[in-house]
Amino acid sequence: MFRNVAELVQMANSQNKKISEIMIEQEIAVTGRSREDILALMERNLLIMEEAVERGIKGVKSHSGLTGGDAVLMQKYIEKGNFLTGETILDAVSKAVATNEVNAAMGTICATPTAGSAGVVPGTLFAVKKKLNPTRDQMISFLFTSGAFGFVVANNASISGAAGGCQAEVGSAAGMAAAAIVEMAGGTPEQCAEAMAITLKNMLGLVCDPVAGLVEVPCVKRNAMGAANAMVAADMALAGITSRIPCDEVIDAMFKIGQSMPSSLRETAEGGLAATPTGRKLEAKIFGMPLHERELKS
Amino acid sequence: MKYKSVFDIIGPVMIGPSSSHTAGAARIGRVARSIFGREPKWVNISLYGSFAKTYKGHGTDVALIGGILDFDTHDERIIQAIELAKERGMKITFNVEDAVTDHPNTARVFIGDEKGELELVGISIGGGKIEITELNGFELKLSGHHPAILVIHNDRFGAIAAVANILATHEINIGHMEVSRKEKGKLALMTIEVDHNIGENILQEIDELPHVLKVTRIVD
Repeated sequence: MFRNVAELVQMANSQNKKISEIMIEQEIAVTGRSREDILALMERNLLIMEEAVERGIKGVKSHSGLTGGDAVLMQKYIEKGNFLTGETILDAVSKAVATNEVNAAMGTICATPTAGSAGVVPGTLFAVKKKLNPTRDQMISFLFTSGAFGFVVANNASISGAAGGCQAEVGSAAGMAAAAIVEMAGGTPEQCAEAMAITLKNMLGLVCDPVAGLVEVPCVKRNAMGAANAMVAADMALAGITSRIPCDEVIDAMFKIGQSMPSSLRETAEGGLAATPTGRKLEAKIFGMPLHERELKS
Repeated sequence: MKYKSVFDIIGPVMIGPSSSHTAGAARIGRVARSIFGREPKWVNISLYGSFAKTYKGHGTDVALIGGILDFDTHDERIIQAIELAKERGMKITFNVEDAVTDHPNTARVFIGDEKGELELVGISIGGGKIEITELNGFELKLSGHHPAILVIHNDRFGAIAAVANILATHEINIGHMEVSRKEKGKLALMTIEVDHNIGENILQEIDELPHVLKVTRIVD
């Protein structure tokens, strides 16, 4: 069993296997389930992600009215063709937003690694799909590679916004996605780890400050930028750029930064964007009164 | 390691918007329901930390009740769980607590009916994964991801060995086991996570052991 990224890369290299394969074999060993069952379960998750993207791209609206419709705007903008960056990256942004808009509307999604950060992995996967034309099996492998890196973060740091801030959620998701993109594009296990490190380094310190305590503002747009970050970091790693700080140390730094974050910035809606005048105004409008003054009734 | 499966990371499939505050909450409620063994008549839930601050935006309240109604994380009925529970005559009270707990996402679930009560504390540690940290005053650690049996017994010599013997005879493999007691020589609780669901006959054998007072089963 791998305990950190260094061990994961070492196992992949010494056995001449992809990281996704190492993850599948570990899952078989730990759960005792058959390979077929495990692949089928992941394929079901892939299907859920696909359905959420498709639903979001057609346009959804959350109950609060705070989010929805941005995935549609981005798709229309791509169709016009006058964009400044690239089609794949904007497609990833649109599909990440689509997933999180569905999540905010209490739709069905697959947590990757969490619901609040569920847009990044599928957003990048379905955008890269257009470019690389992967088989269905390769798309499933993408999710196992993401899962392998997420597994290390979850066990050595945190994937909870309440425990470690948004860096632990969208930061982890973006790092997982970057590593999986690299593997799908034909990169080495080392390059996967570099992409994860580069991504996560640029997500360090990101706080969890949801307006009105809803997984909407700024979560949806953080998924958008998490996807963009993952795409760029994957290209950097594939270009041969490496991180001076090893991936495991970046993960450890993320954990320690999370521990020193005040609770007002860890999913309590007490600080950051939640505490801005507009954030408070939106909160009052949605709930009729600020959260901290509200009393619970059955 | 807290997370053991890749599906703890890529998963669960769930109703939004939050894996810890919605899916995790539903799972805590569902474990309470599973240990209680039937639908309770009344529910009294206290929320702490981030759960207390943001429960409404995340649907933590509906998800907890959804779990108590035995709904899975992806069951769309979660959205209407509170109305459904009230229609079934369940009396529901929520309390928002200021107290600081060890984990930021903590819920204390107190449920019951005319025949009995159950009180447990659950924490939602991220990505939909939960742990049960307290049951009827006993400290424990239960992931809720494996079948398990909970044995309330007198703190006497041989009580643990007797239970382990029965499991060994039936070739049930123990994945995790711990014992908690409130006071030396008084009541104790064995928490045993196993690889396979345990049949009614085995449960009964354990129940008939001299120092065993109550056995509860959690099915996978």
